[in-house]
Amino acid sequence: MTTTCIEPASTASPDVPVVDLRGLSRVFPTEPPVHALRRIDLTVMPGDHVAVVGASGSGKSTLLNVLGLLDRPTEGTYLLDEIDTADLSDRERAAERGQRIGFVFQAFHLLSHRSVEENVMLAELYRGEPRAGRLQRSIEALQQVGLGNRIGFLPTRLSGGERQRVAIARAIVGRPSLLLCDEPTGNLDSHNTGSVLELFDQLRDQGLTILVITHDANVAAHARRHVRMVDGTLTEIG
Amino acid sequence: MARSKMRLRDLADESLAGVFARPARTALTTLGTVLGIASLVATLGISRTAGNQIVDRFNELAATQVTVQARSSGGGNGSSAAQRASAGALPWSVEDRLDRLNGVVASGAVADVPNPGGVKTVPFIDPTTISERTLPVFAASPGLLEAVRGHIAAGRWFDFGHVQREDRVAVLGADIAGELGIVRIDNLPGIFIGETLFTVIGILDEAPRDRGLTGGVIIPSSTAAERFGVTKPERVVIETELGAATLIATQAAIALNPNAPESLSVNAPRDPVRTKEAVQNDVNQLFLLLGLVSLIVGAIGIANVTLVTVMERTGEIGLRRALGASRRHIAAQFLTESVALGVVGGIVGASVGILLVVSVAASREWTPVLDLWLPFVAPVVGALVGLLAGLYPSIRAARMEPVDALRSGT
Ligand SMILES: Nc1ncnc2c1ncn2[C@@H]1O[C@H](COP(=O)(O)OP(=O)(O)OP(=O)(O)O)[C@@H](O)[C@H]1O
Ligand SMILES: [Mg+2]
Repeated sequence: MTTTCIEPASTASPDVPVVDLRGLSRVFPTEPPVHALRRIDLTVMPGDHVAVVGASGSGKSTLLNVLGLLDRPTEGTYLLDEIDTADLSDRERAAERGQRIGFVFQAFHLLSHRSVEENVMLAELYRGEPRAGRLQRSIEALQQVGLGNRIGFLPTRLSGGERQRVAIARAIVGRPSLLLCDEPTGNLDSHNTGSVLELFDQLRDQGLTILVITHDANVAAHARRHVRMVDGTLTEIG
Repeated sequence: MARSKMRLRDLADESLAGVFARPARTALTTLGTVLGIASLVATLGISRTAGNQIVDRFNELAATQVTVQARSSGGGNGSSAAQRASAGALPWSVEDRLDRLNGVVASGAVADVPNPGGVKTVPFIDPTTISERTLPVFAASPGLLEAVRGHIAAGRWFDFGHVQREDRVAVLGADIAGELGIVRIDNLPGIFIGETLFTVIGILDEAPRDRGLTGGVIIPSSTAAERFGVTKPERVVIETELGAATLIATQAAIALNPNAPESLSVNAPRDPVRTKEAVQNDVNQLFLLLGLVSLIVGAIGIANVTLVTVMERTGEIGLRRALGASRRHIAAQFLTESVALGVVGGIVGASVGILLVVSVAASREWTPVLDLWLPFVAPVVGALVGLLAGLYPSIRAARMEPVDALRSGT
């Protein structure tokens, strides 16, 4: 592994929270309405490594979508790096997403016709950064996740674990304030899960703030904080 | 505050990557536009090329014809000799007056012979056909044959000698020669027109400028004057050189009747250039319509495939939104992709179309005529087709909610 270090973008001091949720609710206006999140309070500090566990349908993904500015809460406030996200327009939310959030999905979401470095470069595409710099940082990020020897490959030629590491490289290349992972090891065997968890530990040690949704006790064990969701409510455990 | 933005170069890169991700599909998608543009270019080119040919043929007959008639004075046949002699008088000697004009190829005069009496063959030819017929009889000047582009099937046409001598000779129209039982003229058959015996010296089987002639009996003007009292021609037909008709039309009346040219009515073809344009417009409009229809089919093809692509790439759309793309970025990307498809279709289509025009022209030994702007406008038209076709799919892509897109796509 390499010693390249990607620091979080947040220039705020360590005692300012990355995420600050107050009385956050999300109600889906179906018939009958679904209360996916019920008055949630949560504070995530820089460098935190939070595992979210809970039964299926308890609202974990809904929480992650709100945190990732992909979805708007019905009620409550959400401060991201002290920015009140309620004030943001659709376009501004897209920009903040690209700037401050890194996503890792269970299904990798790599473009199969583009090389691994091009996939990683996509993360900074919507920031209007020059191409040369983006390529350079993308190669560095791939080296950081241990895939320096896979540059030029198409994702279809990589193993599941390698694909997820490409996705992680894509998530961290823009130095986000917050890395959001929804079942990142859900599609991986235990060996590949191990290497991805090692990578998370490493990133956390470099100061990255991580929130990971998981069913896997092994994944949860790597986190320093654990929260449980039950029917839309959130409780700290441990 | 951060703003979501994208470089144009990156937009182009992303769109082209989308286009070339599936080359076979791209080729098939553009096929509709290729066909549309190709048929548009080909039809425009071929119609231009063929239009030139049509006009050339058309010119031969109509654009080189001028006819002169006396303005109807209202009196008609009943007018007095004095009146007839003055205004509106056409001379028989049209060849003398017109053939020296620059641009005249041939000229001749013709008149109906009023009440000539019945026409019948002399008995010894064929006793069964002696019954009298009422047939049109024409008085003509020697130049008429050439002026109407006539063709003699057998025998000959009469000349100035016949006119001078007031010979009783006749040329039969082919349509009636058979009816009268006259198929050969080497035995100099005779016919009676009224009480006068004429020798048939020729058979006229074609007169494209005056089709009535082939259905009647034609006799020299002087003979008609002497025997039937026909004093002046009714119509003068002039064959001009190509492009000279308009000029000849202005000179003919003065040449024919210097004292009262205004009493003559001159009938010249429409300006050949305008005729050419008119014919071409008709042809072009038809072909253009066909090309447009194929272009619409091409646009529907692009729209269809782009829509399928959008649906297939739902996951990609969700990912891009998660990575900071705004709705506009998504719309711009898919729109650029479909425009690129259209441009490719336009370029390939124009090439195919030009190739078609050239090969069709070569096979007919025509000169290919191509508008110079076609190869340049075709890609623009293709881009426009792509733009229109991509509009709806792009809007669909932009409207997707990122959460839904990420969940449903892989
Ligand atoms: N768009 C939506 N419209 C209506 N209901 C929704 C919508 N999205 C989620 N829900 C409901 O909200 C609740 C929470 O869903 P969510 O996806 O957050 O659960 P989860 O904890 O992530 O479950 P899993 O562990 O299975 O992924 C569920 O009951 C789900 O059916
Ligand atoms: Mg979930």
